[in-house]
Amino acid sequence: MELTRKLQILADAAKYDASCASSGAARKNSAGSTGVGSTGGAGICHSYAPDGRCISLLKVLLTNACLYDCHYCINRRSSNVQRARFTPDEVVSLTLDFYKRNYIEGLFLSSGIIQSADHTMELVISVARKLREDFHFRGYIHLKTIPEASPALIELAGRFADRISINIELPSQESLDTLAPEKNLTRTQAAMGHIREKIDERRAEKPKPGAPKPPPFATGQSTQMLVGADASTDATILHRADHLYTGFHLRRVYYSGFSPIPDPSKLLPLKPPPLVREHRLYQADWLLRFYDFKVGELTTGAEPNLDLDLDPKLAWALRNRATFPADVNKVPRETLLRVPGLGVRNVDRILSARRHTRLRLADLVLLRLPMKKVMPFIIAADHSPARLGLDSDSLRSRFLPPPRQLELDFGPPASTPGDLLSVRSGEL
Amino acid sequence: MRTVTITPDFTSWRDHARQLLAQAVPPEEILWTDDAHGSLFSTPDAPAPAPGGPAPRVPTAFLDLARTAAAHTAPLRWAVLYRLLWRLTRGGQPHLLSLPTDRDVRLVHDWCRAISRDIHKMHAFVRFRLMGTDEATGREQFAAWFEPEHRILPLAAPFFEKRFAGMDWSILTPHQCAHWDGHTLHFTPGVPRSAAPDGDALDDLWRTYYRSIFNPARLKVKAMQSEMPKKYWKNLPEAPLISELIAGSGQRVRTMLDTAPTPVRPAPKNAYLDSLRRLGDTPPTAPGETPEAAS
Repeated sequence: MELTRKLQILADAAKYDASCASSGAARKNSAGSTGVGSTGGAGICHSYAPDGRCISLLKVLLTNACLYDCHYCINRRSSNVQRARFTPDEVVSLTLDFYKRNYIEGLFLSSGIIQSADHTMELVISVARKLREDFHFRGYIHLKTIPEASPALIELAGRFADRISINIELPSQESLDTLAPEKNLTRTQAAMGHIREKIDERRAEKPKPGAPKPPPFATGQSTQMLVGADASTDATILHRADHLYTGFHLRRVYYSGFSPIPDPSKLLPLKPPPLVREHRLYQADWLLRFYDFKVGELTTGAEPNLDLDLDPKLAWALRNRATFPADVNKVPRETLLRVPGLGVRNVDRILSARRHTRLRLADLVLLRLPMKKVMPFIIAADHSPARLGLDSDSLRSRFLPPPRQLELDFGPPASTPGDLLSVRSGEL
Repeated sequence: MRTVTITPDFTSWRDHARQLLAQAVPPEEILWTDDAHGSLFSTPDAPAPAPGGPAPRVPTAFLDLARTAAAHTAPLRWAVLYRLLWRLTRGGQPHLLSLPTDRDVRLVHDWCRAISRDIHKMHAFVRFRLMGTDEATGREQFAAWFEPEHRILPLAAPFFEKRFAGMDWSILTPHQCAHWDGHTLHFTPGVPRSAAPDGDALDDLWRTYYRSIFNPARLKVKAMQSEMPKKYWKNLPEAPLISELIAGSGQRVRTMLDTAPTPVRPAPKNAYLDSLRRLGDTPPTAPGETPEAAS
């Protein structure tokens, strides 16, 4: 099979993995070497596809042949998709050739499971080893690991990679039993725990004078959860994510709205979830990590799913109106962070400015706050929201999106079926 | 009123500003202009003014801001930077930079944001083309054409130096060009587009990747364009695919949704899969316990 055809099949097979991050790696570069590559600081998105996703890494599978039968996956063993397999050398030269043209930040290599977890891991590792040792490649490498691979191989993968990841796929074992019968939540989390230990070990090592440097290890791990392929609620998904963040210090949990695939399995729902659900989960995830929210505040027993019409902070504020209005000239940082429409950066600007001045609405306009959203929830030197505003039942309806929110200017056919509309919706 | 002409770069502005500040010339008495023909490579008509007296002390944050904002093309930048400098030193507002609601501060921050974005996009969207291999050194030689919005090449080039140390490269732009030969980074005057190479043999493979990694079921054209505005498309080898991918996506999704689902098949007999079942909730802890296929 020619290389172009392999690339088609094995990139197509990899595109359902949402992760594309190339940030957070240890600082390194090619200065003084014969190789190329640098990492550290913010990642770079070298292109964007019309699906709005960043293209940062050469994201491919080594092979899409797979022993597992995960029903949401195009590469499951029962799928009729055409199979292909790169040789390690082909992936190495593709990575280097793409990198030297500045198409990419590095490589994200994953693989279908062939023969066994260890055999597959060894193949994946051989690519990373060649890049690092034979070609002095200092760019970004993200390796997907397999929880059932031996710990020694996972450690070896971590030595060559900047990031390693294991996909949790679904938030509960019940869901895995139905849709991914070979996968096991406990084993996956055990492997994540092992990786966390390695990452912590490397970070904790203080270079003692004369002591040998600890072997390098990836600086972070991430995972992906599939949304909408099973009946799990957002509360279940977010509780799982929270557990992964606190228990295993994951850098990122990616949420991937289950997307229609060619050759679907009978066990899959007919309709994919609206893309906006995935977006709301990312917003909620952000609130957990940077705004000190708890899962129990974002979803409730009565409403275990996030409101698709409102962002989760606004939805929380409307459920907790007694907390507002907040005086932007007085309240502490943690309260400002809870005001709908106020992001971390603007909260810090407000804190900085109010040491020298009493903030008025005109100042907030200058900071380009979304005033319509913010005003009902704040007090400023020259503004106090009408009591009626916060108490009124109409407050929620003021924030609802206009009834027509679909962007169809790129001309889909007039006969578009309703379920297709929902696939296309959610452009925010 | 006096007219001050800047070459236009940060050093030229700084030398003038130092002297004007030492002479206590207030901002409203200065008309700042860009030397229309000036570039980094022309000698200014007048010799650079000698700094008068000790340099004023300003926060290092201001120097960083000024150095960055100087790369912006806004004609007002020299005047606003001097006004900020004046207010920080002689105006009795040393805390000014921590006041993000001040109009001058806001303006300079906005310029710096635009510059950072321009630099970031340059790091992202430069596309090197292989020109050949140097026979003497054996090093591969690459060249790229790029059209930044602002005069950012000197700010953006060190990144390429660190990243592509092992190859020779040139980045050509209309204002300036940067060159790396493995030892030094040096700059030459700008060149027209026609001086730059057009394509690379790898572009087809890259387009294959771009086409395959796109998911037609998640069309979000606006999200793409906000991060990759159309002004960059003309120099991106993958951009010509965008319209065809968008146009074909509806049909591709319909086909997927209309495809009859594949029935579930029983698991095949496989020693490795059997070993997974035996593992249950027990993770492998040592190499010996790793499930291995019998095959």
